[in-house]
Amino acid sequence: MTRDIAVVAFAQSDHRRTSDELSEVELLMPVLHEVLERTGLRTADIGFTCSGSSDYLAGRAFSFTLALDGVGAWPPLSESHVEMDGAWALYEAWTKLRTGDADTALVYSYGKSSPGSLRDVLTRQLDPYYVAPLWPDSVALAALQAQALLDAGHADEPALAAVAARSRADAVTNSRAQVRGAVPHGDYLVRPLRTGDCPPIGDGAAAVVLAAGDLARRLCPRPAWIRGIDHRIEAHSLGVRDLTDSPSARLAAERAGAFERPVDTAELHAPFTSQEIVLRRALRLGDDVRVNPSGGALAANPMMAAGLVRVGEAAAAVHRGASDRALAHATSGPCLQQNLVAVLEGDPR
Amino acid sequence: MSKEPVAVTGVGQTRHVAARRDVSLAGLVREAARQALDDAELTWADIDAVVIGKAPDFFEGVMMPELYLADALGAVGKPLLRVHTAGSVGGSTALVAANLVAARVHSTVLTVAFEKQSESNAMWGLSLPIPFQQPLLAGAGGFFAPHVRAYMRRSGAPDTVGSLVAYKDRRNALKNPYAHLHEHDITLAKVQASPMLWDPIRYSETCPSSDGACAMVLTDRAGAARSPRPPAWLHGGAMRSEPTLFAGKDFVSPRAGKDCAADVYRQAGVTDPRRDIDAVEMYVPFSWYEPMWLENLGFAEEGEGWKLTEAGVTELDGDLPVNMSGGVLSTNPIGASGMIRFAEAALQVRGQAGEHQVEGARRVLGHAYGGGSQFFAMWLVGADAPDS
Repeated sequence: MTRDIAVVAFAQSDHRRTSDELSEVELLMPVLHEVLERTGLRTADIGFTCSGSSDYLAGRAFSFTLALDGVGAWPPLSESHVEMDGAWALYEAWTKLRTGDADTALVYSYGKSSPGSLRDVLTRQLDPYYVAPLWPDSVALAALQAQALLDAGHADEPALAAVAARSRADAVTNSRAQVRGAVPHGDYLVRPLRTGDCPPIGDGAAAVVLAAGDLARRLCPRPAWIRGIDHRIEAHSLGVRDLTDSPSARLAAERAGAFERPVDTAELHAPFTSQEIVLRRALRLGDDVRVNPSGGALAANPMMAAGLVRVGEAAAAVHRGASDRALAHATSGPCLQQNLVAVLEGDPR
Repeated sequence: MSKEPVAVTGVGQTRHVAARRDVSLAGLVREAARQALDDAELTWADIDAVVIGKAPDFFEGVMMPELYLADALGAVGKPLLRVHTAGSVGGSTALVAANLVAARVHSTVLTVAFEKQSESNAMWGLSLPIPFQQPLLAGAGGFFAPHVRAYMRRSGAPDTVGSLVAYKDRRNALKNPYAHLHEHDITLAKVQASPMLWDPIRYSETCPSSDGACAMVLTDRAGAARSPRPPAWLHGGAMRSEPTLFAGKDFVSPRAGKDCAADVYRQAGVTDPRRDIDAVEMYVPFSWYEPMWLENLGFAEEGEGWKLTEAGVTELDGDLPVNMSGGVLSTNPIGASGMIRFAEAALQVRGQAGEHQVEGARRVLGHAYGGGSQFFAMWLVGADAPDS
């Protein structure tokens, strides 16, 4: 059973440092309206709805139920939720469409990092017995990875700075991005990572619509066909991983068919400059591949949505004819523990 | 091409207790997963992907614990998905795993659900204050009691029906070695004399707080052919969601539950659930939800569900046994509770339910719900392969 499934629409919020005046539902609603408007579909037309979010960011249990109220789940919806980045919600929706049970899917995700101290919050993601009690924060862990990369000779600090400068320069054309243009590379936050090597902390939401077969062609002039999608996880303990490599990203890419033909564009969910270098090597992306023309996670990194934004940006590039074959990547967990890769293609022009 | 048929070839669960201080979170999930693999006579290497579910992360105080559990679940190098759909999550998780097989993305998938309630306090985990929002009262009982009261008023059911359910489920649990509560000296009088917690719900009519995990191996037709024991076949599965609160919402018999059941019955070719389904394992955290769900799921006309309970139809030896395992009233590791319902349905049609086996059970419904009676997940499993 190979049913062709495509991303037919993408929308995202402005990504901002704070959104105190907005609830999560208020952050999400305009994005849902926009993505549906692009396809002319209404909530009731959607065959399956799936979202990704985190209770730990919201600071309350079942936080996703409020977002569902915003979707307008009446009459009742065929619906599911993952406590993961929205890219994995998209994966679940893709599976649902593959079964033939639904022809369209609405996928959304959102995260408000501003109410808490994100570096502290993310420590709660670690092994609760041996690691979390030490409160090693997300930047410190990424710095360990960056140092390993430098020690292995895969990069030097100017190379890291160049990733940051390129990303934020590209983000100038992305009106949704949080950090754009020339930004001072700054002091060390956690050596060897400087402030410029780290993603902005912010709030944001994203949504895509998936559709199958001819319906996709009716909803979108140039659908972004999902040629393959796969995700893999690595061991949790950093001590048993080679942090300079990403075997899970490579395996996911292989299973998604990314290596069968070259891609022209890649949207990588690399919150830290060093992680882009790890991923470029793991995914065998040459210098001729446009990496993160949106500015990537270094320009906007809304937790739980930044991975879905990568898929959306890659799809949007296909929609507007800027790409014929794009790779989208999402990550979760400390130091790229879990990775998802999707390969998107437009019809030949 | 049609969907790949999905079979359950392995079922495992931990012994459910108030506090499993002898195991970590990893040890808990691994115990259930290991049992499911043993039941299917498979090894970790035979598993293509893992789908895990649990209720809110605040219940253990670990954010996205599947990241840390990847190693314990043998998921390293494999796809690992984490589902969270409130109390229905155990059911939803199994359905997400089943779809991976049905869509022919994977051949054999391990699905796991757990909760280790002893790590925190679920009642207060559910009651975090949210600015500008109506407080949900203290825990789930306070939320659901008014809806039970509405059912009693609407149906005219006698006050004693809830205690009959609790008395039945707690006695069923005595036949289930995995159940949390084993009240050997239980009597109906004791249930009816237990303290009133949230009027009309008494202490003995509420679910316990449990530590526990449940796991299943789901596989395709080829995998089922290699199964050492009879598989359970998926005949229909569905999820439905509706908003928490809105004008016109029917909390007694939510439309999402009706729609979900109708979708499952349509897939399975069930036209008369009372006749076509042999037993039901449903999510009854407070006793009165048995008659309420009997109506919502189409086993009784509106306002008539309590009569089945009162007449003993839902007893283990009745015409339509309900909650043979002892149900949520006897065991409630929240995130796993939905999957335990689904797993019990599978055990029944496989003839593997031990002392609480319903003789001749060929088609059994597993049911889960969550949130403010708004998230529903159900599956119907059968002893025979679909369309055979």
